[in-house]
Amino acid sequence: MRQAEFRDALLDPDLPVPAGLTDPQGHPAGRRFDVYRNNVSVSLAEALCSAFPVVRALVGEDFFAAMAAVYVRSHPPGSPLLMFYGQQMADFLSTFEPVAHLGYLPDVARLELALHHSYHAADRPAVASETLACLAPGQLMESRLQLAPAVFLIRSQWPVHSIWMANARGGPPPRAEAQDVLVTRPQFDPEPELLPKGAGRFIARLIAGHTTGAALEDDLSFDLTATLGLLIRSGAITQIIPGEPK
Amino acid sequence: MPDQTARHSLPPHPGVGYKARHFSNIIDQAGPVKWLEIHAENYMGDGGRPLAQLRHLAERFPISVHGVGLSIGGEAPLDRDHLARLAHLCGWLNPASFSEHLAWSTHGAEFLNDLLPLPYTSATLATVVSHIDQVQATLGRRMLLENPAVYLDFAETEMDEVDFLNEIVARTGCGLLLDVNNVHVSSTNRQTDPFDYIDRFAHDQVGEIHLGGHDQDHDDTGAPLLIDSHGCEIVDPVWELYAHTLATGGAKPTLIEWDNDVPDWPVLAAEADRAARLLQKVTA
Repeated sequence: MRQAEFRDALLDPDLPVPAGLTDPQGHPAGRRFDVYRNNVSVSLAEALCSAFPVVRALVGEDFFAAMAAVYVRSHPPGSPLLMFYGQQMADFLSTFEPVAHLGYLPDVARLELALHHSYHAADRPAVASETLACLAPGQLMESRLQLAPAVFLIRSQWPVHSIWMANARGGPPPRAEAQDVLVTRPQFDPEPELLPKGAGRFIARLIAGHTTGAALEDDLSFDLTATLGLLIRSGAITQIIPGEPK
Repeated sequence: MPDQTARHSLPPHPGVGYKARHFSNIIDQAGPVKWLEIHAENYMGDGGRPLAQLRHLAERFPISVHGVGLSIGGEAPLDRDHLARLAHLCGWLNPASFSEHLAWSTHGAEFLNDLLPLPYTSATLATVVSHIDQVQATLGRRMLLENPAVYLDFAETEMDEVDFLNEIVARTGCGLLLDVNNVHVSSTNRQTDPFDYIDRFAHDQVGEIHLGGHDQDHDDTGAPLLIDSHGCEIVDPVWELYAHTLATGGAKPTLIEWDNDVPDWPVLAAEADRAARLLQKVTA
């Protein structure tokens, strides 16, 4: 028997148990094969449960279990690193008809994935606040700020931070608004920080490699001091790369 | 604190599968637990708490790295990226032992997250032998191969499992990890004698023993079907088979495996204590 045949029957309970698999008397394996089917589907569904607790809370345990079974069959893991299983969950949710009315769900999944990636990301020493304070304003504007590998930006048309807080930590009910979230990891525990208005666009431009000045784009409505304070306090800046001398 | 050399071999005492929730218990009072085993794949991230804890523990305990995702029995070539990740982990950690399973878990690019069974044929033997050669050459160390828990038989099987394992050892020079719970589970499921399996096993090649809990079910004919679950206490028949194993092969590093519904530390330490008492009765 080829392993392909075993694999197909494993993931599709409607397929018959492959021929040539038996009990000790040589009878067809029947329920014995179901042990493997069950191990695969249950363990992968459990991996999704632990990866997406807030998505699960939003749709309910039973619905999530049924949805996870669909996801496992259409998106089996692409590597043995199960801590990163569920990479396509946001895209899956945005096309999965039964949750089409929950438009915020894909962004919640993105945030939960970012928290996992942050938890396992490389360690980098952060720049001290004094280092930033010592820079003249001109120097700061010409510098590029390198962010830690554990930092992830989630920009959403939905109140994704409030939704996460309400479900993960018993925060107040969300109000309808767009929210940008920065996942930081001050030491070992990732933290989703709600960004002030305008900061999401600024940080996205920092990540894209713009200098601080260019990332600002003459946006006067936005609180640069508060945003830099958040980045420094959370250990998000790992390097200040000076601009070319003029 | 054990000296440098002691950390680079597993002692013939109990160890446990490391769980992050037991970190402080292990640091404060490991009791009968003298070494730790980790699942390689859980420590293949780039940093953060898992690697920080592992570095801390590795300064205090011998570590066994146990792979669950290499798919040594896979028909396809080994995943080179995964093998490189293993080489990286074993490189910086320099563990006391590395082990994997006689099973497959990957098909194409898919990881199926279970230890799937193999028919014992000359074709399977050739594949497994070439994969183990590749692993040992890449890691630059001898590996241990674990006997599987199986739930069914293959009509095409030509060889007995113990003979199959012995042939792999003869051709690759690898060692063996004897999972006594798996022997009990597979023998029950195949309706064979577990003591006979232990008596025929190559004990001089065994570098580690596993003990764990299993679940009970039955097949379509009502025959008992045991399922390797690592989610409960070790049952008496497995302890009896373990005592027989020690009497036959001598004291060996013995792991208590408890991966699901992980209990509080005292429950796990009590299992390790029971193994320690049996180990004390025999010499290595």
